[in-house]
Amino acid sequence: MDSAILSLLGAFLLSIMGLFFFIWSMRKGLLVENPRAATVIFAPGELGRVDDPALQGGAQDRWQGAIAKPGESDHVEDPDELRHRIEADHSTAFPVFMFIAFAIFWLVLGSLAGLTASLKLHMPDLLVSEAWETFGRIRTIHLTAVLYGWITNAALGVIIWLLPRLLRTQLVGAMWVMLGGALINTGIASAIGAIGSGWTDGMEYLEIPWQIGIFIVAGFVCIIGPVLYTLVNRKVESLYVSVWYMVAALLWIALLFIVGKLPGVHTGVQQATTNWWYGHNVLGLWFTPVSVGAIYYFLPKIIGRPVRSYNLSILGFWTLAFFYGQVGGHHLIGGPIPGWLITLSIVQSMMMIIPVAAFTINMAGTMWGRMHLARQSPTLRFMMFGGFMYMLSSLQGSLEALRSVNQVAHFTHFTVAHAHLGAYAFVTMVLFGAIYFMLPRVLNWEWPYPRLITLQFWLAVLGISIYFVGLSIGGWLQGLAMLDASKPFMESVTVTIPYLQWRSVGGSLMLASHLVFAGHFLAMALRFGPTRTGAALFTRPTKALELAHGE
Amino acid sequence: MENEVKLAAGAMVALSVATAALVVLPYLQVRDIKPPEGLMPYTSAELRGRQVYVANGCVYCHSQQPRDRNFGPDAQRGWGRAAVPGDYYYDKPHLLGSMRTGPDLFNIGARQPSKDWQLGHLYQPRAYVPGSIMPSYPFLFDVKDAAEPDDDVVKLPPNKAPFGKVVVARPEALDLVKYLQGLNHTYPVLPPPVQPAPASPATPAS
Repeated sequence: MDSAILSLLGAFLLSIMGLFFFIWSMRKGLLVENPRAATVIFAPGELGRVDDPALQGGAQDRWQGAIAKPGESDHVEDPDELRHRIEADHSTAFPVFMFIAFAIFWLVLGSLAGLTASLKLHMPDLLVSEAWETFGRIRTIHLTAVLYGWITNAALGVIIWLLPRLLRTQLVGAMWVMLGGALINTGIASAIGAIGSGWTDGMEYLEIPWQIGIFIVAGFVCIIGPVLYTLVNRKVESLYVSVWYMVAALLWIALLFIVGKLPGVHTGVQQATTNWWYGHNVLGLWFTPVSVGAIYYFLPKIIGRPVRSYNLSILGFWTLAFFYGQVGGHHLIGGPIPGWLITLSIVQSMMMIIPVAAFTINMAGTMWGRMHLARQSPTLRFMMFGGFMYMLSSLQGSLEALRSVNQVAHFTHFTVAHAHLGAYAFVTMVLFGAIYFMLPRVLNWEWPYPRLITLQFWLAVLGISIYFVGLSIGGWLQGLAMLDASKPFMESVTVTIPYLQWRSVGGSLMLASHLVFAGHFLAMALRFGPTRTGAALFTRPTKALELAHGE
Repeated sequence: MENEVKLAAGAMVALSVATAALVVLPYLQVRDIKPPEGLMPYTSAELRGRQVYVANGCVYCHSQQPRDRNFGPDAQRGWGRAAVPGDYYYDKPHLLGSMRTGPDLFNIGARQPSKDWQLGHLYQPRAYVPGSIMPSYPFLFDVKDAAEPDDDVVKLPPNKAPFGKVVVARPEALDLVKYLQGLNHTYPVLPPPVQPAPASPATPAS
C-alpha cells in the first residue's frame, strides 16, 4: 500500500473518531457552560473582589473601587472557608519559601552565566584561560541554572502553594516535599559543578550526568508522593483546571527525565530523536502547563471574576497533552531521521494552535473590560504580559516548524530568540507574577518597596524586547546568508555581530531586573521596609494580613 | 476518585503516545541498521578526543548533519553528502547539534586534514580565520621557553605565538585533533531503503 492511501485512511479514521468524540461530548453536556467549576477558586464573598497581596492596604481599596459594579458581589462571606485557605497556606509556607529562595539564587547565577556567554559570542577572547570559562561550558551552566534551577524550583513552589488552596485541604507530608527540594537542588548544584569541570552527558537539555540525575529523580518522587496524597484527600468536589495542568506536569517531567536519562539504551540517530522528544517536552509538558495553570488561577483570582469558559480551558488542557508531546521532531528537520517522524512533528506543531487559541480566547474573554486593572496590580501586569507572550511564542513556534520557515531559521540565533520568548517572556514573567502574589502570604509580610516591582517589570520587559527583536533579525539574516551558496560562510557570522551585541544589552537589562528582584526578596525576607503588618515566619504566624486583605 | 483517575490516566496516555512516536518507533526502525562499509570505529585516541569535544560543548555551535541539497547548499560548502542514520552507528552521545554558529564538522577531516592547521586554529582561531568568533582554547596548550624532545610544537603563523616562547599541544588537544581528522564521512552510501510510512502514526486517541 502506498503512503497516499495510508494517509487517506488515516484522515478518514481521524474524522470518524472526531465525530464520535463530538457526539460523546454532546451527551456529557460538555458543550454547555459550567460556571460552577470555574468559581471553585473563590471563597463565598470573593467574587467581584480584587485580590493582589502585592498591593498595599489602601491601594487595594481604591483599586476595588475601580471595578465595583452592582450585581457582581452578591456572595456572602464565609469565614470557615477562609480559615481552610489560611490553614492551607500555613501548611505550605516553609516548603514554598525554600523553593522560591533557591529559585532566586539560581536565577541570579544563571543570568550572570547567560550574560557572560552572550558577551563571549562577540568578544571571543574574553575569559578563555580556564576550561570552565569557555563558551561551551558557561552556556550550559546558564541553561542548567535557569531551566532546572530557576524555572523548576519556582514552578514547584507555585504548585506546592496552589494545590492545597485549590483542593481546600492542608499539604500532607511537607517534610517530604522539603526533602525532595533539597535533593533536587543538590542535584542542580552538583550538575553545575560537573558541567564546569567538563563532566556532561553531552546532549542539549540533557547535559546533567545521569548519576547526578538520580538525585533529581529521587527528589521528584519525594514531591509527587505528598502531592498525590493531598490530591486524593481533597475536600473539594471538582478539580479546578489549574490542578489538571499542574499535577499532570509534575508526573510528566518525572517520567520525561527518567526516560531521557536512561543510561545505555539510546544510541545514534535514535538518541537524537529521544533528545528532542525530551528537549521540547521539558518546555511543552513541564514549563508551559505549570505557567498556564498559574495564569488560570491568578488572573481570575486577581480580578475577582471566574474564567469565561471552564470547558474551553479543559479542552486546552487535553489538546496540549496530546499534541505537544509529539512536536520534538521539528528540531531535526532535514536531518538523518525517518521522514514520517518529522512530518508527524510538523503536523502536531500546527495542531498546537488549538490549545493556544482556546487559552487566548478564554483569557481575553475573562479580562474583557478589566484590562485597565493591570495599571495598578503588579501581579496582574506580569500575568497579562506572560499570557500574551504565550500566545505569541506558541504561534511563532508553530510557524517555525513549517519546512519553508525552518529552512532559514534552523541552526541560527533565530531559534535562540524564540526559546527566550517562551522561557523568559512567557514562563519567567508568569513566575515573577506568581511570586509577587504568593510571598506576602508565605511570609506574612508585605513587599517593602512597591516601586521596585514596577522597576523590575519594566527592566525585564525592555530587556527581553531588545533581546528578542535584535536576535530574531540577526538570526534571520544569518539563515539567509547561510542558504546563499555564493556567500562565504564567514558572512553568516559577521552579519550577526551587531545583533549579538544588542543581545548583550538586552541581557544586561534582564540581569539588572533580576538583581532588583533578588534584592527586594532579601529585603522582604529580612523584614525590611516601612510596614510591619505581620509576624515573622519563624514565630507563630498571626492572621492579621490575610484578614486585613479580605482573604 | 473519578477525576484523579482521569487525570493520571489521560496524562500518561498522552505521554506514551508521544514516547511511542518519538522514542520507541525510531528505536525499532534504526536498531537493525548496520554501519556502512566505509565507516571505521573510533580509535581510543579519537574517543578521548571526542570526549574533549563533548566536555567543551563544541556541539553548541557546530552541527554534524549535512543536509540534502533541497534544504541548503551544504554540499556546495564542502560539508559533504546528506547524512544517513548508519553514519552515526558508533556515536554515543550523538552530536548532531542544533546550531551553525560555526560550520558543520561532519567531514572536517576530509576538508581540513592538516594537523598543524587544526592545532593552531584551536590555539587562536583568529590567526587563521579573520573575524571568527570561535573561542580560543589556550588551556589545551602549554607555553614554554623551549620545546622538550617529544613535545608537539604548534606551528603558528608568524607573530602569532607569544614572543620568544613556543606553544606545545597538550594531550587533550592532540586527541581532539585526531578526532577532528577522523571526522570523514565521504565514503559512498546507498540511499536508505524506502520504508512504508506507518498508517497515520500515533493518531491521538480522543
